[in-house]
Amino acid sequence: MTQLTMAKALNTGLRRAMEADQKVMLMGEDIGRLGGVFRITDGLQKDFGEHRVVDSPLAESAIVGAAVGLAMRGYRPVVEIQFDGFVYPAFDQIVSQVAKTFRRSEGLLRMPIVIRIPYGGGIGAVEHHSESPEAYFAHTAGLRVLTPSDPGAAYRTIQQAIACDDPVVYLEPKRRYWDKGEVDLSDVSGDPWRSRVLRPGTDVTIACYGPMVRCCLDAAEAADVSLEVIDLQSLSPLDLAPVIASVERTGHLVVVHEAARTGGVGAEVAAQITESCFYSLEAPVLRATGYDVPYPGSRLEEHYLPDLDRVLDAVDRSLAW
Amino acid sequence: MVDAMLGRAVQLLTPEGERVDDPDYDISLSDQELRGLYRDMVLVRRLDAEATALQRQGELGLWASSLGQEAAQVGSARALRTGDYAFPTYRDHGVTWVRGVPPLEVLAMFRGITNGGWDPIARRCSLYTIVIGNQVLHAAGYAMGVQLDGAEEAVAVYFGDGATDEGDVSEAFVLGSNLHLPLVYFCENNQWAISSARDRFGRAPLYKRAEGFGFPGVRVDGNDVLAVMAVTRAAAERARSGGGPTFIEAYTYRMGAHTTSDDPTRYRHAEELEVWRLRDPIERLKVLLARQGMADRSYFNQIDAEADELAVIVRDGVRAMQAPPPESMFEHVYAERNPVLDRQRDAMVAYERSFADEVTA
Repeated sequence: MTQLTMAKALNTGLRRAMEADQKVMLMGEDIGRLGGVFRITDGLQKDFGEHRVVDSPLAESAIVGAAVGLAMRGYRPVVEIQFDGFVYPAFDQIVSQVAKTFRRSEGLLRMPIVIRIPYGGGIGAVEHHSESPEAYFAHTAGLRVLTPSDPGAAYRTIQQAIACDDPVVYLEPKRRYWDKGEVDLSDVSGDPWRSRVLRPGTDVTIACYGPMVRCCLDAAEAADVSLEVIDLQSLSPLDLAPVIASVERTGHLVVVHEAARTGGVGAEVAAQITESCFYSLEAPVLRATGYDVPYPGSRLEEHYLPDLDRVLDAVDRSLAW
Repeated sequence: MVDAMLGRAVQLLTPEGERVDDPDYDISLSDQELRGLYRDMVLVRRLDAEATALQRQGELGLWASSLGQEAAQVGSARALRTGDYAFPTYRDHGVTWVRGVPPLEVLAMFRGITNGGWDPIARRCSLYTIVIGNQVLHAAGYAMGVQLDGAEEAVAVYFGDGATDEGDVSEAFVLGSNLHLPLVYFCENNQWAISSARDRFGRAPLYKRAEGFGFPGVRVDGNDVLAVMAVTRAAAERARSGGGPTFIEAYTYRMGAHTTSDDPTRYRHAEELEVWRLRDPIERLKVLLARQGMADRSYFNQIDAEADELAVIVRDGVRAMQAPPPESMFEHVYAERNPVLDRQRDAMVAYERSFADEVTA
């Protein structure tokens, strides 16, 4: 076991993937010489060359569109979108091409593309740098959506996403980049498409992912009731089996995410859990999420983002129902 | 040559069928190759006519006509080698024809049997891309792969004048220029993007854009199959030998509607078609072949008979094409197992089967 930040775990995972497969190549804005604005690709261009770690033009649609062509040629492109709010120029290529080419070609053209996006708030940034766009991608057939919550998961799942023959939107919780955690560098096992029960509990089930996992674990630590914390990790396909098993025991579920509430991943979890656990539920599925407003200026973001208190407030409301 | 309509453009065969010289481009083709170009264009035109008729009869959901653009499509595609790769638009039936895609595989998409239709790897020809301009970036990415592989291959990407308005196309120009990619950007300027006239919206000739991006641009008479082939050959050779991208503007005309859902009488005059009918790409090659004794009446009759045979194959083939089973929509969404989809497919099959039981009971 090694103590690494999530940033270093991702960097090491990318390096391992490039060593393991010559067809893996990286592309994105400022990822080469600079090592990326978050330094996730630090040192990789120096070691693997300018042809495998490509500093792209400042053109997001080009980054993703070119990845489609590279995949057609047999490459496994891993592209970086610099910030969550800058993915939208590439949205057309992601939804219309990345997600649909395998199907359109009736299985002949695989799209083993990973689209890495630092996402989420809590870093005091200007507009467009704190968004949580996961629901758009989880709603798009043909895409997989993964989000790691700690350095160990980041190290494993970035390599698993690259090895996957489907396109993966890989959302990196940027405010957790510098959190340290245990990483087993010799272990890339485990199914990335499964939810993980991170903390067992008996009173209320908490389903969360990405940047909110740390917050929910802290809430469980602080709570005077017993919370079971489940990291969904894969937002598409969603693996709700552990959540169902948990809710059948607890009868209470709170879903937590930074993204706005309406049409969010939490809504899908609530719908499916209602279908599967109707007679086990002792309260409606509650959500602690961002509000349905554009992400506010950084001086207000602590009011927007769910935090430990909002998670516990939702827990209290569920138990008092 | 400088022509009142085309401006400065490469031309080797005039609308009257006269062979002329160009200072920069020339092509020498055998009689057989010239007859081959004629045959390609006649058969593609017939395919187009049959498909239009089949749409009118309700056999196809939609058809995008290539009428009038045969020289641009056939001439450029014939300039490519088998090992090169083509990225056509949904109107490039002449390109898919030359790449060896069976016509029925092209028609399958327009019938609604599939969203694709052929094997893009075997044909080295991508599937039709319906979102305007998307494929230009795919070609740039593919060309990056060619470059990474150190292969001597050209990548030809087709798009229309309308697509040049799209950001993706400009981004693909940037990518091609920055990385010096082995690309041939082949723009069929057919003058109309549905109802938008290129002349009305474009203040500068399209081929001149290339200079700003840092690679050569050339306008060619898009209805002159010889000039198109000569210009594309040179560009493809340049791409293969590490010379970087070239932009070709093939100046042509969309003789038909945008698609079978369109009514061009609402936005353009019939006189315009008359002008372009005189510049027909097939007629001028036919005149050349006849005048120079490379083909006679019996040859032309033979090609017409072949076109009739193709029409029968197309009609019968399309009518016989059945929709795949409904649950096939769940195939090839993901390469790896997806339990969410598995459950939905099983539920769909069970639901639909419940009606079958009622009928048999």
